[in-house]
Amino acid sequence: MKKVYVNEERCLGCHLCEYYCAFANSGEQEMFKAFKLGKNPAPRIQVEDGKGINFAVQCRHCDDPLCMKNCIAGAISKVDGVVKIDPQKCVGCYTCVLSCPYGCIVPGKDGHSATKCELCTANSGTPQCVQNCINGAIVFEDRGEQA
Amino acid sequence: MKYEYVIIGNSAAAAGCIEGIRETDKKGSIAVISDEKYHIYSRPLISYKLKGDVTEKQMAYRPADFYKANNVDTMLGKRAVSVDSKSKFVKLESGEKIEYEKLLLATGSKPFVPPMEGLDTVKNKFSFMKMDDVKDIEKVVKKGAKVLIVGAGLIGLKAAEALEHYDCDMTVIDLADRILPSILDKKTSEIMQKHIEDHGLKFILGTSTKKFDKNKAVLTNGTEISFDILITAVGVRPNTELAESAGAKVERGILTDKKQACKGVKNIWAAGDCTVSDDITTGTAHIIAIMPNAHEQGLVAGRNMAGSKAVFDHAFPMNAIGFFGLHIITAGAYTGDCYEENDGENVKQLFSKDNKLNGFILMGDKIKRAGIYTALIREQTDLTTVDYQLLCEAPQLAAFAHEKRYEILSKGA
Repeated sequence: MKKVYVNEERCLGCHLCEYYCAFANSGEQEMFKAFKLGKNPAPRIQVEDGKGINFAVQCRHCDDPLCMKNCIAGAISKVDGVVKIDPQKCVGCYTCVLSCPYGCIVPGKDGHSATKCELCTANSGTPQCVQNCINGAIVFEDRGEQA
Repeated sequence: MKYEYVIIGNSAAAAGCIEGIRETDKKGSIAVISDEKYHIYSRPLISYKLKGDVTEKQMAYRPADFYKANNVDTMLGKRAVSVDSKSKFVKLESGEKIEYEKLLLATGSKPFVPPMEGLDTVKNKFSFMKMDDVKDIEKVVKKGAKVLIVGAGLIGLKAAEALEHYDCDMTVIDLADRILPSILDKKTSEIMQKHIEDHGLKFILGTSTKKFDKNKAVLTNGTEISFDILITAVGVRPNTELAESAGAKVERGILTDKKQACKGVKNIWAAGDCTVSDDITTGTAHIIAIMPNAHEQGLVAGRNMAGSKAVFDHAFPMNAIGFFGLHIITAGAYTGDCYEENDGENVKQLFSKDNKLNGFILMGDKIKRAGIYTALIREQTDLTTVDYQLLCEAPQLAAFAHEKRYEILSKGA
């Protein structure tokens, strides 16, 4: 299946992907509104700025997702290869934040449900981090991984 | 009646077992027996139900078609009273015999209520473990009710948080001198206590109840407290009676091997809060009563019951929980060298020993990306192979060697 992959050799650490990710999941039509009108949505992709390296990290949609197995509410499922959190069932205990080995689950801004990358399946259908990376450091491709 | 697989219990370990069996055996008959009459639900969500955050339907731990989709027969509201491991059957309270080829004991735990003088005179007294407890409390709780909670652990304080939504006047007492002693150290416990007190709760610590008289409690320090509702949340005990009846080895809980097979008997496995695990962070064997553990043990048991090979060999305590908006994530044992950041509300304590991360306490803002730390414990990562200083500053994949990071970013678990 198609997944998001990063290429740290190409990443400049501009954090644009974070803005586009947060915007895509904000429900707003214009980016400035998403960030300047108090909502300040949390991105589900995070750019790490290490010693001389930069790269973006988001959910790996694991074969054996620890977040899903450990979820105390049964709120996380894997549908067609995409690990998803049901906000109606999530109580915001953050056992998934405790469990994800890659630190890819983000506490929700409301203090309740947790959020994560769902490959933009709930909005545009095309991962916006990929679409808007100006350096080609994030790609959406099929590398032969199973759904 | 006869089944290939019989599971006693209907919570996280049972779900894991069913999922583990069905990975390879799509056909073998499965029966789930539980003394609770409900569709599989999440026990820890009872506090969220009492608070009004979730409905009974939203508490489902697995979708409504879970049993059907996995071809599982259920015997809900039926109590198993004994197991005959020689003739391989489970006897129900009704006298029915359910034969099995392979049996999972996922019997969980029950509240421990110590003998307290006059407790029998208290009308509105409850434990806080399961669906019926919350339904019973909902029947009697009124706005502004006076509530006495005995036990300042996870269960007692989650009950308190939920009851705050009824504007209850609450007092929590505990014999221990601090709250949440099972997951917090003294310092973090004090921060959480103050945070909870700011929401109107009163704590009386280092004290226990001497006696009860109807709706009044007398404490060992002489204080008298009147209440409308009493919640006892002193501790839990594993349900081991069925294992004992089967002849399985039981100490503090049911003993199993790494494949979750019971010791001392054949064709019986056990998983969840009724079992003892080998804690990799303390090197000791004890009950680690947490849902992720229960599910994982059930999964491993199910895989082995169906003939696949699987082991559970990385047990350690871990908890993610919040009270009145202050979140904590903890794992492992708090021994070894401590790296600490503490601004009075946002706390990070990382404990390392023999070049391994052994445990941590994260509070407030510091819970972000906690799973990177958890993975260091789970995988027993040699800290000399990572940039530990960078990891102390913030959990990040940049601290890993390029090859390891490439492996992570190009794949996943």
